[in-house]
Amino acid sequence: MIPIENFLVLSAVLFSLGMYGVLARRNAVLILMSVELMLQAVVINFISFAVYLHPEAFTGVIFAVFVIVIAAAEVGLALAIVLRVFRNRQISNVDEADLMKW
Amino acid sequence: MTYEEVIFYVVAAVAVAGALGVVTARNVVHSAVFLILALMAVAAVYVLLASEFLAIVQVLVYGGAVTILILFAMMLTRVRDQAGPVDGPQRPFAAFAAAAFMTTAIIVALETDWRGNSTEEATVVDINAIGNALFTTWAIPFEIASLVLIVALIGSTVLARGEEGEG
Repeated sequence: MIPIENFLVLSAVLFSLGMYGVLARRNAVLILMSVELMLQAVVINFISFAVYLHPEAFTGVIFAVFVIVIAAAEVGLALAIVLRVFRNRQISNVDEADLMKW
Repeated sequence: MTYEEVIFYVVAAVAVAGALGVVTARNVVHSAVFLILALMAVAAVYVLLASEFLAIVQVLVYGGAVTILILFAMMLTRVRDQAGPVDGPQRPFAAFAAAAFMTTAIIVALETDWRGNSTEEATVVDINAIGNALFTTWAIPFEIASLVLIVALIGSTVLARGEEGEG
């Protein structure tokens, strides 16, 4: 049996890589991809806690389903916004979209 | 080391390599392909966690829908023609913050005593039980999730469609 720590460490590594991508990348689509990585790490945590600590309640599995649903909605909406910004201003880098920045 | 652990280490290595590729690739299309690799490896991790249902959902939603959507958005926004570097000047800070977080999270994961209340085996969660719970205990969150999906559907259609008379 695989110890739960293995899953938690994998999740921590994936989350940090996603965090690095969100902070370092300039392109909005690349930032979204890094956000997906972070969400995946969170889902791994949810499921491992659910199956190792409280298998009779499996709340973590239900939460994982909801996280996947919200992630799909988020990616669709966010990409629509990216397309809109690109069509209006011909940019897709977040540091150039500074119209409302003081 | 059991054969399960060997499989876990292989799958985890693929997932981490894919994630590294996503955040470091210079070509953005390569990033998207690495993302598919990482997501499929994470689906295999779900199988190791005895959650086959979520693994199938992962392959369908992420492998099928999300990555295709991302690739489409890349082509429509002509990401590859954008001038300048793909990473901003804040990259050292990003690396530092991510490394600090990773160290903290790994120390917490390893130092905490999970043995006290953890089970020996990863118990297989029955799909029937998930379905029952979704429509009884979690009925209201389920309905709200449907509402969120329909709002996202209509919202992204309206946003991406463009106005009248616009190319």
